[in-house]
Amino acid sequence: MAEELFQKRIPVIPRSVSGRFRTLKTSILILAYGVYYLLPWLRWERQSGPEQAVLFDIVARKFYLFDLVVYAQDIFWLAGLLVIAAFVLFFVTSIAGRVFCGYFCFQTLWTDVFVFIERLVQGERNARIKLINAPPSFEKTFKLALTRLLWFVVALITGLSFTLYWGDAPELLMQMLQGDAPFPAYATTLFLTVTTFVMAGMAREQVCTYMCPYSRFQGVMYDQDTLIVAYDEERGEGKNGRWKPIKGLLKREDRQAKGYGDCIDCGYCVQACPVGIDIRNGMQYQCISCALCIDACNTIMDSIKYPRGLIRYSSDQQLHGRHWSWVKWKNLGYSLAILLVTGLLIWSITTRVLSEFRVQQIRQPLYVTLSDGTIQNRYELKLTNKHDTTQRYGIGLRGLPDAVLDVGHFEEIELKAGESVQLQVRVKLMPDTRPEKIRHFNFVLLNQREDPKLAIRQKAQFYLP
Amino acid sequence: MSSEKKKQTVQTTGHAWDGDIQEFNNPLPNWWLWGFYATVVFAVIYWILFPTFPIGNTYTKGIMNDITYTTADGKEKTSHWTTRALLMKEMQEAREKQKPFIDKINKSSYKQIATSKEQSAFAYSAAKVLFADNCAGCHQTGGAGVMGMYPNLADDAWLWGGSYEQIEASISKGRKGSMPGFKTRLSNAELNQVSEYVLKLSGHKVNAAQAIKGKAIFEGTGGCAACHTSAGTGQFAMGSANLTDKIWTVANVPAAAAISDKRAAIRKVIASGINRDMPAWNGRLTDADIKMLSFYVHQLSGGK
Repeated sequence: MAEELFQKRIPVIPRSVSGRFRTLKTSILILAYGVYYLLPWLRWERQSGPEQAVLFDIVARKFYLFDLVVYAQDIFWLAGLLVIAAFVLFFVTSIAGRVFCGYFCFQTLWTDVFVFIERLVQGERNARIKLINAPPSFEKTFKLALTRLLWFVVALITGLSFTLYWGDAPELLMQMLQGDAPFPAYATTLFLTVTTFVMAGMAREQVCTYMCPYSRFQGVMYDQDTLIVAYDEERGEGKNGRWKPIKGLLKREDRQAKGYGDCIDCGYCVQACPVGIDIRNGMQYQCISCALCIDACNTIMDSIKYPRGLIRYSSDQQLHGRHWSWVKWKNLGYSLAILLVTGLLIWSITTRVLSEFRVQQIRQPLYVTLSDGTIQNRYELKLTNKHDTTQRYGIGLRGLPDAVLDVGHFEEIELKAGESVQLQVRVKLMPDTRPEKIRHFNFVLLNQREDPKLAIRQKAQFYLP
Repeated sequence: MSSEKKKQTVQTTGHAWDGDIQEFNNPLPNWWLWGFYATVVFAVIYWILFPTFPIGNTYTKGIMNDITYTTADGKEKTSHWTTRALLMKEMQEAREKQKPFIDKINKSSYKQIATSKEQSAFAYSAAKVLFADNCAGCHQTGGAGVMGMYPNLADDAWLWGGSYEQIEASISKGRKGSMPGFKTRLSNAELNQVSEYVLKLSGHKVNAAQAIKGKAIFEGTGGCAACHTSAGTGQFAMGSANLTDKIWTVANVPAAAAISDKRAAIRKVIASGINRDMPAWNGRLTDADIKMLSFYVHQLSGGK
């Protein structure tokens, strides 16, 4: 037998807790699930376009987000959003540690739900451990199978909901049930169902420990002022360490007199931990800052009437009795970056131009001499109407006096909402005595509903022989 | 884990040469071996399904005779698996997708195509490809033409007319542009005089006395006016060039700097004549193709 290179995974079977942080986590979970599962079903009234509030229409290259329609060419907004997300992550991590991991990450949320299902079917931690170690029986098979079946149902609904964002939800769902949906719909659903099942049901904390890049690089944002879920070692261990509350060590005063700490070594914090660590060993890279051990410890402290907070959100500075403050250059810099990029994104979205206009010169041939000696250049124009109503456009020239614009039969261009058109136009100019071979000018797009001053200009060049 | 030290000796095959030379037995890893067997199985299945072995001047076809397609001329064919048959099938599907657009083009007049956003966009982009495949070999990309050989289609001078219908006729039936050489009929001096007059027609400053003599030859003895008309404006019916405009398709007048060189360029054409032949395309392209090409060529310059 070859030697094992890795330690086998020790299954983590977390015990349930209740408390302030558990309630907070549950509320966030309900909110997140509510948004995720129900958003595709929210209807929205638009003058044109689908009736779905949030729809990512890949075929038409349009993303509908309530009253905002994002076209493929606006995709740099996504970059802005990602930059904001990154800086918010840095900012929060720097101040309060892995808040994202503990409360918001979908791995944590889905694992939470899967553990809840596990508990619902198989019972509390002790019952679950007993069941796993029990010899094969009908009850064991039934309970394990039922757990997996329920996991699968949640995973399937998760995969399906994700798919519904990419098409008209009711229609796509009907198509999928009838077997008429496009292949990618099934493939996406299957992929997300399988990954949800595997990640939340089987891999669990290993995703955070071994797979997730965030969990590793979040460490570099920590400093001595960062709030972490910490065990107050001084209080918990005393001089002589922790000890069970045996006779003579029940009252706090007695313990302190004998040099024992407040930790009664009940092990609840270890049992409650979803990543299977002992928080009393200090800060560990596996810790996702979910704060369930705080709830667990506080429950025990309350029951034996010790003060709360043996395990609490604290920082290295506070634990060592030094001055603590989150105000520092690093955090101010992060918040400044967040404000700046958010401002830019909002500015970019609110000042977006709803008529898109592109000009490209046709360069083969660059110019041509006409029979009366004038020179003709050709251009290809692309117009897109991003309004949600039909618009009428006209095209004009600025900065090239005496030039004649020939747009063929498209003096007036009517474009429906979201419609694009490509036009070839000709510009004619009688050569004059000026020596410049290249003349710079502007094409303007006039929207008949808007002020001519708002006309969109596009630079172009006119070439002479 | 067991702390027992592992046996470090390697197994041998049991063969021995010269008494003490032994062969180590290092078998292939199982994953590798099974991977190899899998490729063998894959290969055998492949031989059965797909064309594989050459036999004389044919080859084994495989049992997948399942690619059915219709050729451009409407014949249905079923083929064993080949990339060519796959291409033909794809082309058939593309034709089917284009059909509604092509049908619309066939039914529409040129005016209707030019005024409709959708039809003009379709005709333009389809004809751009057709032009590159069939026309650009002579007329160059974008219809710029070659001086002295192939007319420029992007300017507004038309030998055979620049209306949609005239362009269509030029493409579908072809054109034979022919001007006889005059070097045997006219003397050197006369050739010079006619050249001088042709220069004058297009607005150049010339020797007036020479040009008057040239005019007489142009309209009289030379017979130039028979084709180019006495005004020199040419006729679409004969494909005779308009000599009064700024455009030259055969004599490269714009390229010559000195007036004498310009005259020499014209003289050369008058002396040797020119024969140009544009082939007919009605047998090679469909009516819709020719219609879209006519629209495209018209669009290049704005037509006339």
